[in-house]
Amino acid sequence: MKSHINARNVIVALVALGLTLLPAYSALTGNIFILTLFTRIVIFALAAASLNLIMGYGGMMSFGHAAYLGIGGYAVGILAHEGIGSGFIQWPVALALSALYALVIGALSLRTRGVYFIMITLAFAQMAYYIASGLSRYGGDDGLTIYKRSTFGGLIDLSNRVQFYYLCLFCLFGGVYLIWRIVNSRFGMVVQGVRSNEQRMQAIGFHANRYRLVCFVISGTICGLAGALLANNTDFISPAGMYWTRSGELMVMVVFGGMGSLFGPVLGTIVFLLLEEILSQFTEYWALIMGPLLLLIVLFARGGIMGLLGRLSRG
Amino acid sequence: MLVLVEQSLNGLQFGLLLFLLAAGLTLVFGIMDFVNLAHGSLYMMGAYFAATFVAWTNSFVLGILLALGATLLLGIALEFIALRHLYGRDHLDQVLATFGLILFFNDAVRLIWGPAGLSLPLPAWLTVPVQIVPGVFYPAYRLSIIVVALAVAALLYIVVMRTKIGMLIRAGASNREMIGALGINIKLLFTLVFGLGAALAGLAGLMQAPILTVQIGMGENILILAFVIIVIGGIGSIRGAFMAAIFVGMIDTLGRAFLPDLLRTVLSSAAASTAAPALSSMLIYLLMAIVLVVRPEGLFPAAKR
Repeated sequence: MKSHINARNVIVALVALGLTLLPAYSALTGNIFILTLFTRIVIFALAAASLNLIMGYGGMMSFGHAAYLGIGGYAVGILAHEGIGSGFIQWPVALALSALYALVIGALSLRTRGVYFIMITLAFAQMAYYIASGLSRYGGDDGLTIYKRSTFGGLIDLSNRVQFYYLCLFCLFGGVYLIWRIVNSRFGMVVQGVRSNEQRMQAIGFHANRYRLVCFVISGTICGLAGALLANNTDFISPAGMYWTRSGELMVMVVFGGMGSLFGPVLGTIVFLLLEEILSQFTEYWALIMGPLLLLIVLFARGGIMGLLGRLSRG
Repeated sequence: MLVLVEQSLNGLQFGLLLFLLAAGLTLVFGIMDFVNLAHGSLYMMGAYFAATFVAWTNSFVLGILLALGATLLLGIALEFIALRHLYGRDHLDQVLATFGLILFFNDAVRLIWGPAGLSLPLPAWLTVPVQIVPGVFYPAYRLSIIVVALAVAALLYIVVMRTKIGMLIRAGASNREMIGALGINIKLLFTLVFGLGAALAGLAGLMQAPILTVQIGMGENILILAFVIIVIGGIGSIRGAFMAAIFVGMIDTLGRAFLPDLLRTVLSSAAASTAAPALSSMLIYLLMAIVLVVRPEGLFPAAKR
């Protein structure tokens, strides 16, 4: 029987426990900064996990995932600006718009493969970026300040740091659980089958592209949720948050952690954003180290952190 | 009418600049099957080198020649140290690794030249307006960009279509393994092509430098445009890149020039002036999306592998 106690699982469990207990640590030490930092990390981890669903399991290398962060965020921001502050309206709208966008661009993009797919998703995300810059009523290039966070009828207070952190963490764990269920369902098996051999899946009677598209839409919707959270976290939304470099960063987080592993993107996001934070305390020029590090990881550490841990546990 | 002529020339000039950038990208992409996001960084480095060397030597021509050589060397060094290990890896690896290089170059530039942009002043003989047809004046510098870029495009055409090196390049684009098997030093060829691409990107950057400010991140926007161009034109096809570049340059420039007035007829003037630039930027991506959906291999695909 395969033992479940190995380096990889122990680390994942420890990280999950650590994330859960973080507000307690923050309260005991009075370190508020770490809580705000990790709120951001948890939100980006959700976005990276959603990207991993299509990249790691579906084999669809989307270079436009930041668009969903923007769409989810703008849905919250614009509704708040127009006086609709209820999260019960804002968030479903954010999710629905992300899903709709994913459906439309997915249907078009999935006609292409390989590097063309990377480029077309990038092109659509850039279009979304320019649309956002053109929204003069909502700040255009300068972005839009959100004066009031989403309200949930007194159920939860998003302005309370701890409550907001736990909401984000709940969304992250919920998202990862959902992805786990999807990946291990019949649907998920078909999607993974299409990744490894599309023709064979077609031949045994699966509509490969339909499965792909549904997977693409689910991923986009989850990322839209991350966008709604992010907008609430920063109290601000601007086109810069959906520029193509942000999509690149999301890809980096996924690959840092290990593509196609359930918790990989979460670890990858933690490591990437912590590294960014720590390096930028030592030097203003943190990217001088981060850039070459990325190159080295791609060259020598395929499989990311999860791959390394997997090798460790096999001994 | 005069405005239309002037803006068309601007469009042509921008298109030709884009071609210089896209030509290197499409060669590297077509021959090494390598996605190089750092191409935009080479463009930026070309501009920074030019601003620096022109200031050092006090001579515009000498400065840009030095900058061109420096970018060429930088490209070759980059290929030799890092990028050659990425050939044959999948595109995602290449995208990520070269994304890392963008981060590196942006901060390296910030460290060396500081966060503020530089400017590259033009010598007096390039600032005079030239009369192209009676009554129509056009800045000499922009005209010289058109001339230089057309000359480089012609030279590139001759090199690729009429010389032995060009024959190898074309052979490499249609079947990499085969020309290796025929005993061609493929590593050297790759380094050479990469250096050529880098020099072209540097040339585009340094020619653009006097028109725009030389600043960090200047390569990123235009890099995406160059990618759009090679995808529209067909990856690996220089002819396709040329056509698509002119097309995109025209759309972008004419869109920016005339869309605001066009929109003002239907929208309020404030709304039109913010919507128009966004709309004209979008047009290009829309074009690419249409091309990819209708003809996924591009408008002028290179020979099939």
